[in-house]
Amino acid sequence: MATLPTDPMVPDPYRVGQVWKETSDTFTLAMEPAHSAACSGFLPGQFSMLYVFGVGELPISISGDPEEPGRLVYTVRSVGQATHALVSRKPGETVGVRGPFGGCWPLAEARGKDVALVAGGLGLAPLRPVIYHVLRHREEYGRLIVLYGGRSPRDLLYRKELAAWARQPNTQVLSTVDYGGLSWRGHVGVVTTLFRYVRLQPARTIAMLCGPEIMMRFVARELESCGLRESDIYLSMERDMKCAVGFCGHCQYGPYFICKDGPVFPYSRVRSLLEKHEI
Amino acid sequence: METLERIVAEHPFFAGLEEQYLQLLAGCASNVRFEGGKYILREGEEASQFFLIRHGKVALEISAPHRGPLIVETLGEGDILGWSWLVPPYHWSLDARAVDLTRAIALDGKCLRTKCEQNHDLGYELLKRFAHIMERRLETTRFQLLDVYAARK
Amino acid sequence: MAEKTQALVEAGQIERLIEALHRRGYEVVGPTVRDEAIVYDRLETLADLPIGWTDEQAAGSYRLKRREDGALFGYVVGPQSWKKYLHPADVRLFSAQRQGETFRILSNPDPPPPGRYAFLGVRACDLAAIAVQDRVLLHDRYRDPIYQGRREGIFIVAVNCTQSAATCFCTSMGTGPQAHAGFDLALTEILGPEHHRVLIEVGSEAGAEVLAELERFEVSSDAQKEAEAAVGRARSQIQRRMDTTGIRDLLYSNFDHPRWDDVAQRCLACANCTMVCPTCFCTTVEEVSDVTGDHAERWRRWDSCFTQSFSYIHGGSVRSSAKSRYRQWMTHKLASWIDQFGGSGCVGCGRCVTWCPVGIDITKEVAAIRGATVSAEEKDHGNT
Repeated sequence: MATLPTDPMVPDPYRVGQVWKETSDTFTLAMEPAHSAACSGFLPGQFSMLYVFGVGELPISISGDPEEPGRLVYTVRSVGQATHALVSRKPGETVGVRGPFGGCWPLAEARGKDVALVAGGLGLAPLRPVIYHVLRHREEYGRLIVLYGGRSPRDLLYRKELAAWARQPNTQVLSTVDYGGLSWRGHVGVVTTLFRYVRLQPARTIAMLCGPEIMMRFVARELESCGLRESDIYLSMERDMKCAVGFCGHCQYGPYFICKDGPVFPYSRVRSLLEKHEI
Repeated sequence: METLERIVAEHPFFAGLEEQYLQLLAGCASNVRFEGGKYILREGEEASQFFLIRHGKVALEISAPHRGPLIVETLGEGDILGWSWLVPPYHWSLDARAVDLTRAIALDGKCLRTKCEQNHDLGYELLKRFAHIMERRLETTRFQLLDVYAARK
Repeated sequence: MAEKTQALVEAGQIERLIEALHRRGYEVVGPTVRDEAIVYDRLETLADLPIGWTDEQAAGSYRLKRREDGALFGYVVGPQSWKKYLHPADVRLFSAQRQGETFRILSNPDPPPPGRYAFLGVRACDLAAIAVQDRVLLHDRYRDPIYQGRREGIFIVAVNCTQSAATCFCTSMGTGPQAHAGFDLALTEILGPEHHRVLIEVGSEAGAEVLAELERFEVSSDAQKEAEAAVGRARSQIQRRMDTTGIRDLLYSNFDHPRWDDVAQRCLACANCTMVCPTCFCTTVEEVSDVTGDHAERWRRWDSCFTQSFSYIHGGSVRSSAKSRYRQWMTHKLASWIDQFGGSGCVGCGRCVTWCPVGIDITKEVAAIRGATVSAEEKDHGNT
């Protein structure tokens, strides 16, 4: 098979292996390289640019297990033409993959400490690789705390896995929804209301946040008032991207290129940007 | 067996409250428990008590015709349930139902109001704490209203 | 370091220079008059240069005028810059062909243009701009193969300005009017009542090799002085200044300055400034498919942070007001660029001032933000 010289703007073809429906508008796709080339490895927190022939390209976080070789997994929410085309791919169809791009979650900094993950909505997807990693290397980390907030019970991702993770030793998994509906017996309220159920030890906790920017702002403030240092709180920021290699200029956030300098940032670095409008 | 005063003192809501006020409060306090599914208070009823939740889970609900009870927030261990006893006309503005077996300290509203009128310092200490709770609830409610997880196309 | 080799030639020898470059397979591009402006295009002969033309520039104004002499380079910079060739406005990244359930990538990025470019007439500010784009597109975490393919092996003939336009401010940015490095040859035109010569400075071995084909003389001390005086004239004619002291922190700390509201009243968000700016590099990528749906191409095109959709995400634009977009452009160009790439993104060429349809002057905007101290009342939390 013809191989092209490495060009960061040209995708590699991957074949869709499996598709799972997570919620009414969110799907998970698992893909393998189409030409028996080695599957690209990745670090938790990184993302790919996924290309759908004839439609376009999207930045999507990799949400699979970094130590499961041979395939890349993505959870995608259908909100427009390109995402709809992506989630409509059937097993056997081809998707172009560029990457992985971006920096990773602070797993090295978190070694020996408690890991607190706070996710909102689709934000659990970019954090899932962290959970896989910590569970594979359990003795290297302290407590694992997962706080997950979603819109309603039907919008929560990975519900079976959440239950399984909750049963792991030294692991606390709490979910909440903004709107409970009729049969939900779980917690109702924004994700910050889960903090009262967690006894954080701020000096030995690294927090990683992912979700809508408003949610991350509220949660970061809450974590600080619990005593965490701003340098121990990490956020995954998001902006429009066309290239993912620092050339198109679209993803600039203050002085940072989210594709190169992020998407993961310590709160200390972005707190002044979070406060500004239209930046 | 733990005295009521000690239980009240240990609840986070009263953290830092002076001994003399704790004694006054204990006089209005009683131990209560609610089985899972039972209503603790109903919208429109006289707000005669407030509760320090010690254990369990309580759903704050608003009932709408054709839709049934809608949970707007869940409270748990360490939370306060109810402040309408403080504010005339002293009626509950929503329902609260125990989701699981819930143990709480109930503080009698009339008893507390009387003591606060007699001792304004006690009243101020209580109001400071309630103001903090209300501020947090307002903030999280506004956050909840934003519907941040909705798809925006 | 040894002094650069210099030589003096008659102005007509520039024709031989062009020929020498053609013989070596270069496509010579440089200034020429078209559509009432001086743009960059293929140069076949010396006569294609804007001989005897000059430009009159002001904020929001550009006019060509006939000179009273036959100067070859008696003007400064026009609406185009060399990024037209190095960082082209439309480039195909790849094309793909559908094959049943799969698709095949067909071809590499657009092949580099036939031969290599020789840029004839690069002003010092534009030399600096090329260096700025080199830093962004070649020397950061990733390398742009399209820029690299076009940049490698080009021949640069710089021209030292002997006059400046009203909108120039290269001296404030430390980029001109004299070209010091980054060229193969640098020309200074010496035009007197009785003579028309060009002093040529050699900047590389490739330059020396080409110069060897011209009929040349030693540089007399008079000629040296004349050349220095000519460049000195350009320097003394500079009218605009930008005080860049602490400019990064100045702009970072004035996010809510009322001046942004002021400029927002004037700015049309037309994106002219980004099109003419020699260092602006932002692009977008578009999918183009044919009617059958079997063939698709991805095209990279120039984009501008002034467009409404530039910062579009999750159903809306982050920077939806024109105010925020002007602020973003200016802060990026003068401040963030320093953190990103180690130096300013502005080279003081003045194009954005000339080609802004409403005459917004970046040097005045900086002065306004610097000069007015904002009291707490004035700050008013960003309200107007």
